[in-house]
Amino acid sequence: MLKLEVTLLTGRTIKQGVGKELGKLSKEYYSDVAVCEMDSRDLDSLGITENSNVKITTRFGSIVLRVIESQRSPHQGVAYIPYGLWANVLMSSDTGGTGMPSFKGVPAEVQPAPEEEVMEVRDLLKHFYGK
Amino acid sequence: MKHLTTIGPVTCPVCGCLCDDLELIIEDNTVIQVKNACAVGEAKFLDCQQNRPRTPLIRKNGELVEASWDEAIQRSAEMLLSARYPLLYGWSSTSCEAVRKGIELAEEVGGVIDNTSTVCHGPSILSIQDVGISSCTLGQIRHRADLVVYWGCDPWSAHPRHIERYTAFTDGRYRESSWRRYAKRYYARQLLKRVQRVSNITSKTVPSTETTTDHLPSFPKVRDRLMVVVDVRRTRTADAADYFLQVKPNSDYELLQALRMLIRQEVLDVDEVSGIPVEQLEELADAMIECELGIIFFGVGLTMSSGKNRNVDAAISLVRDLNKWTKFLIMPMRGHFNVTGANVVSTWQTGYPFAVDFSKGYPVYNPGETSAVDILSRGESDASLVIASDPVSNFPREAVKNLVGNPLIVIDPLETPTSLMADVVLPSTFVGIETEGTAYRMDHVPLPLKKVLEPPDGVVSDEDVLHRILDHVRGLRKEAP
Repeated sequence: MLKLEVTLLTGRTIKQGVGKELGKLSKEYYSDVAVCEMDSRDLDSLGITENSNVKITTRFGSIVLRVIESQRSPHQGVAYIPYGLWANVLMSSDTGGTGMPSFKGVPAEVQPAPEEEVMEVRDLLKHFYGK
Repeated sequence: MKHLTTIGPVTCPVCGCLCDDLELIIEDNTVIQVKNACAVGEAKFLDCQQNRPRTPLIRKNGELVEASWDEAIQRSAEMLLSARYPLLYGWSSTSCEAVRKGIELAEEVGGVIDNTSTVCHGPSILSIQDVGISSCTLGQIRHRADLVVYWGCDPWSAHPRHIERYTAFTDGRYRESSWRRYAKRYYARQLLKRVQRVSNITSKTVPSTETTTDHLPSFPKVRDRLMVVVDVRRTRTADAADYFLQVKPNSDYELLQALRMLIRQEVLDVDEVSGIPVEQLEELADAMIECELGIIFFGVGLTMSSGKNRNVDAAISLVRDLNKWTKFLIMPMRGHFNVTGANVVSTWQTGYPFAVDFSKGYPVYNPGETSAVDILSRGESDASLVIASDPVSNFPREAVKNLVGNPLIVIDPLETPTSLMADVVLPSTFVGIETEGTAYRMDHVPLPLKKVLEPPDGVVSDEDVLHRILDHVRGLRKEAP
């Protein structure tokens, strides 16, 4: 299976902002936030197309997300996930004595996951936190 | 016959811009049209009454079930009183009046009170406490700034009206909007994309769609202004800018220090710094020195990446260096509408802006030790109250595990992933829509928020919910001293 090493960034998008006001259990929030934006050349190197699923793994966890071609390219080697439940599964809670975890610039690995599903909010909460 | 009411001006309770020029058209206690707001503000006013709990919920046999207010308040007070080290977290999307009540409660139960700046601009606050800050109000920038630098932030997405109201796309008293220049660039870019699409079909030669300006344009007119973006991605804000510098992730610190060297007339003996050619840095340094009034707006691109508060130290120090040449200012782009107010009220009441620990009977502040993520990651807290925030979505997994593994009270108008995991859910009104209050804009200007809709029957404000819990806690204390 092809794998690609990337630097993972998380951040705001306007759709994520609108989605959170519509409700974090809304379909809009799920479809706009449970995604990973990648450079088209990175998609080519993984042999995948937009809207296929990828598994993103860091030292702290892994999650399956729908991949979309970034409108903010070029940023080859950089993957971008909007802030939210899905992104934070991948983050370390180490704050280095500042109170702030590192949510940007985290080393990660991306691989195609055509057989796996992107978890919805309630499924994710059940899977990771048992409630 | 429809009875429509128009209310305005209304202040928007979404982000730190606190845009105070909104106009709402209301019919039957429902907002049907929002004028002047961004997409996020519009969504909040139009959809605030959807998908929300209207009665308290208590977890029984693993399920959240409806409960009376008396039972839910009683249960919350008992949970907080029986905890050895409770954490009271959130506070940035509620009013200053509610924050004040929350601090009283934290002191009463001997807990830790921390607000969302801990995972936002907490490192900026640490840095400002270390090195100070030269800042201003947004009105000054609107009227006077001729160089605006957005560093590690994307206001187009996170503060959608910031550019239009306060910086490059607004007409100030002494500076004109530069939106016409942006419009020309936008149409040129669209044209180039069309040419590329045609060329993709007809030939193998593909013209570049890269529109990064190779050189920083000189100040075009006396009254004009320039906008520069430094970021790890070409954001929408970068598309709107006159000049964009794409820095490598986790290397803002080096870039800021290199700029400081150039400002101090020292020589950089390298070809590039953090992925940016030194010639481009020299152009930016020249523009910074030549401007009449410049400002750096910085975002969590600096506070959440490697270096954190040290990145902000470097940015503030750069501004300090620049003030030997010209007038330069710096301001953090605060996210939630009252995160600044949460810091301000906490500082009035306790002496510290966030991460305040009352477990010793007096306020102790030591981020890294008394901050929410650290307390949760170490498994130190044994109960939590979360208000106007959603840490289950926003904290790393290890911290969330401990948050949801202990008794959890949630006060929020909306159903969120955190409220789904709670043991007690106390629904509240939307501040700035159903409840009046005070909020602080990102430049520390306090603004009143209006009540424009009646809340659902029985739903009260965050401040009232906290007041009832506090009364109950005090009552229980008297009964069992």
